[in-house]
Amino acid sequence: MSAVTEFLQQVVEGLGSGAVYASLALALVLIYRFTGIVNFAQGELAMLSTYVAWQLVASGMPFWLALPVTLAVSFAGGMLVERIVIRPVQGAPELTVVIVTVGLFIFVNALAGLIWSFTVKDFPQPFPDGGLDLAGVRVDWSTLGIIGVVAVVMGLLYLLFQHTAIGLTMRAVACNPASARLSGIRVGRVLMLGWGLAATVGAVSGVLVAPLLFLEPNMMGGVLIYAFAAATLGGFDSPVGAVVGGLFVGVAETLTGAYVDVVGADLKVGVPLVIILAVLLVRPQGLFGRAAVERA
Amino acid sequence: MRKTTALRAAAAATAALLTATACSSQRGQDAQDTAADGACKGQQTTGITDKSIKLGGIYPLSGPASAYGTISKGVAAYFDHVNDEGGIDGRKVEFVVRDDGYQPPKAVEEARRLVEREKVFAVFQSLGTPSTAAVWDYLDKQKVPQPFVATGASVWGTDDKHPWTIGWQPNYVSEARVYAKYLKDEKPKAEVAVLFQNDDFGKDLLGGFKEAVAGSGVKVVAEESYEVTDPSVSAQMTSLARSKADVLLNITTPKFGSQALAADAKNTKWNPLHIVNNVSSSAAVLQPVGFKNVQGVVSATYFKDPADPQWADDPEMKTYTEALHKYAPDSDPANQFNAYGWAAASSLHKALDAMKCPTREGLRDAVRSLKDVKVDMLLPGVTLATGPDDAFPIESMQLMRFKGERWQLFGKPVDTRKEFGPVAK
Amino acid sequence: MSTIIATLGTGRARRLRAALTVLLAAAVAVGAPFYFAPFQVFQLTMVLLYAVALAGLNLLVGFGGQISLGHGAFFAAGAYTAAVMLDRYDTGHLATLPVAAAGCFLLGLGFGVPALRLRGLYLALVTLAFAVFLPPLLKRLEPVTGGSMGLTVDKLQPPAWSGLAEDQWLYLVVLAVTAVALLLARNLLRSRVGRALLAVRDNESAAEVMGVRLSLHKTLAFAWSAMFAGVAGCLYTWVIGFVSPDSFSFVLSITLLAGLVVGGLASLYGPLLGAAFVMYVPSVSQDVSEAAPGVVFGLLIITVMFVAPTGLAGLPGRVRAAVARRLPRRAPTSARTPEAESAPDGEPEPDAESGPESLAESGPGGDPESLAESAPDAEESAAASAPDVSPKSPAASDPSATDTPADLAVADAEPVGAPPRTEKE
Repeated sequence: MSAVTEFLQQVVEGLGSGAVYASLALALVLIYRFTGIVNFAQGELAMLSTYVAWQLVASGMPFWLALPVTLAVSFAGGMLVERIVIRPVQGAPELTVVIVTVGLFIFVNALAGLIWSFTVKDFPQPFPDGGLDLAGVRVDWSTLGIIGVVAVVMGLLYLLFQHTAIGLTMRAVACNPASARLSGIRVGRVLMLGWGLAATVGAVSGVLVAPLLFLEPNMMGGVLIYAFAAATLGGFDSPVGAVVGGLFVGVAETLTGAYVDVVGADLKVGVPLVIILAVLLVRPQGLFGRAAVERA
Repeated sequence: MRKTTALRAAAAATAALLTATACSSQRGQDAQDTAADGACKGQQTTGITDKSIKLGGIYPLSGPASAYGTISKGVAAYFDHVNDEGGIDGRKVEFVVRDDGYQPPKAVEEARRLVEREKVFAVFQSLGTPSTAAVWDYLDKQKVPQPFVATGASVWGTDDKHPWTIGWQPNYVSEARVYAKYLKDEKPKAEVAVLFQNDDFGKDLLGGFKEAVAGSGVKVVAEESYEVTDPSVSAQMTSLARSKADVLLNITTPKFGSQALAADAKNTKWNPLHIVNNVSSSAAVLQPVGFKNVQGVVSATYFKDPADPQWADDPEMKTYTEALHKYAPDSDPANQFNAYGWAAASSLHKALDAMKCPTREGLRDAVRSLKDVKVDMLLPGVTLATGPDDAFPIESMQLMRFKGERWQLFGKPVDTRKEFGPVAK
Repeated sequence: MSTIIATLGTGRARRLRAALTVLLAAAVAVGAPFYFAPFQVFQLTMVLLYAVALAGLNLLVGFGGQISLGHGAFFAAGAYTAAVMLDRYDTGHLATLPVAAAGCFLLGLGFGVPALRLRGLYLALVTLAFAVFLPPLLKRLEPVTGGSMGLTVDKLQPPAWSGLAEDQWLYLVVLAVTAVALLLARNLLRSRVGRALLAVRDNESAAEVMGVRLSLHKTLAFAWSAMFAGVAGCLYTWVIGFVSPDSFSFVLSITLLAGLVVGGLASLYGPLLGAAFVMYVPSVSQDVSEAAPGVVFGLLIITVMFVAPTGLAGLPGRVRAAVARRLPRRAPTSARTPEAESAPDGEPEPDAESGPESLAESGPGGDPESLAESAPDAEESAAASAPDVSPKSPAASDPSATDTPADLAVADAEPVGAPPRTEKE
């Protein structure tokens, strides 16, 4: 293997992990667009959805039937979470809602451990084994599959945000719930929808990454941090930004980890930090985010 | 009005406190019970009577390391089982489990709770190097035994300032020596790539390995670390593949162990001899990767893996499985951590049996003078042995290779103390 | 309103009572270690220590309106400064406190500069990234920090003349530092800096127009806040005597923020309540469910936020408001709670416009430990009658938000205990 193919192999590796971060970042962006909060429990809800899928498959359901069932369950579950857990604190300060999601994080994580134990579970790989060999660079089908699915989800979200009535309503609610309510929007329903959709996108993310990371209750904890980084880099309200941010973070940390000895694998987590700081100092709203215009 | 409320509350609180202090302070009741006569005169008998013995344990039942919390289930099941059979030398065991969430300050709090409030005889196991290091000074001052801590750091055996604390499992340096010896014998010119967890466990094992192969033809040519908070080790595995080493030493905890095994299997261009460390060697870690992908992987062990069919008819394993079904019905007997807890608890049973005096001092001395004690859950040929200059109870491990759907032990148990001498500080 | 103030007597009498309250509270706080068992004293020490960190975070989040998810990192920096000084340079404990404080102040200053550019969410996530990055960095700096094994240092020992036990001495020292820290926090808020901070939080543009130097004050807020966290970290090293990188994972940062919000933002004794929550609730969770303490802990956080969306410090005010709503206009004879006496005999409505968001107003003065809060305050009576003109956030002004009536009533039920924020007129 020449140095060039080795380098390209690392880039592919970075894109693979970047796509993993991007998949969860999309769910974070979605919920932020709907509700204006950062959901710490997003990764854990995705993990829970993945366990639902695992349980269905383990009890004999074929994967391609279990998947839509899981997505439907996640959608309903997400709406239920909004109704039961978030609605009671809807009028409270924003941080209160964020801390409720932290409580939800701890709760869901422990619950999954209680039900399914902490033993690593095998999750069926939806994509075929093996991969392409492009001039000595190995690209797994699973990597391509994840990138493909992430691109599709991103496209759907973009359409949802920009070209549908619900997207408009949703922006109105996130921007100013009181005004939205006054103009006849049923804010509660829109928020429930937002949580449902975010949980569904999260479920897609969990199902995609579980074959690579192996399913256990802490599976999404590490991904969440990187997904935050990806979303922040992209500008927390843009699905395109989340994906670009995710891929960028993935490639940057893999390459610096592999090639910059001073950084090394142990400190590579600092790379996204530096990039984010640099980007935000120039563009405080992130790469693709829109600057908030303030009314005094 | 607010001030008056405050004033009254404060006044009431003070009054209550003063009254209480006048009547009985909660302080000053921690006078230790001591043995009255005989050879054991003056030694501490807190937490132990002729009928009972009270032990405490600190495990992460919550938080990021909760996977290890189930060890406490194995321990508790063992003591329940022994109690039903009459107890240890007629003493029923009461085992108090406390959760530290893998946080050192919580471990200190729980250790104090166990010693001062629960008045345990000994703190049997604290899990993890940070938690154990945070409490051993305190337990040493209180003169409370801390036998068989659930961490393999070598410091528990090399340290001479904490006579009340002792390890149990083979320390990570010993384990590294087993692999080093294997490579020196089988592949004397091996180039080794190492994936390790960036904490005391990974560093200790890697350091021990490097030391043990020093001066031989075996060389470490690449090393990559990961943090427990990392989502995956795939990038590290790609970097290691660049080294084209012919051995991969996989020093990881279960989830990352599975990831590394899967990444190795996926990469068809690089096929090193894969050595996976003991923590990740359970069949439960290999099974999700697919048995066809882990053929020929090498590891070492010292206790019987409950997920391994070769022990299915072993009498101790049968007792263990039944006891777990009976006393911990919601935990999985095939989980090796349960068996680990069981093995450690039965080791403590032997140590308690060997006490000359039924006192804390007695236990301290007993765990430090074990003479080739056999424990049924340990592999045949692996025994507990300690002495005045040996504070490592288990130092032997046996190599095994994965074949078909199970591990196959090969060679004789390697006594690393005999092979390499005592572990240096 | 004036009638109520009149019934309380003159300002002089009020000051006398307040002074007495402080004295009693101090007596209780100082007396505690002589009454409680060492284990409980240790718990109280940890509560005080966390309260210092939370008070610092409160300056930033509660009063400054900036969110930090990285305060665990400043806490770690303080702890490591102390540990390294003790371990490498043998400086003695007292010398470490000013160095840790100054070091973290500077670190915070450095962080405050980029914080200027970042708002809300983005700042929070950058600080979170910092918290994630610190543990591997500490491991890398092994020659200084001891790497992943951490550092074990001597705890603070009581001087011989005091005749105190270790836990008592530690408690008293930590109590003294905490009292100074909380008073400092309170005085900071009453100074120009505090007024500027509040103005910036409530309306940044307006504050700037009025001549508040935004950049200076936002950066300083970060620095002060980091300094408090550093001091808490230093105390941690004194009390626990052990630091390791994995003790300061990002979980600590999130726990701190959760503790603060649960305790009550922008309240002077919210940090004490939050610290108590962080300290005691995990143990309670385990007592409720040994199988999964995390399930209970998570539920408890959510429940507290349901019952007290403005934090525990705001809870009594909400209860009072609820009681007041239940008994509209009637004489509060039936209610036996102390609040009943203070319930206004007139209309509850007139003050309704005085800022539904004023968190600091809601809360009892009854907590004997709330030294800072119950301290005498000459300006209070004047300030109290001035309506709070803080702008409302969109969420709070939401006409149909369920808890708005409660908030209105909160502001009403507590007209006299003037919070610092009313001084900014």
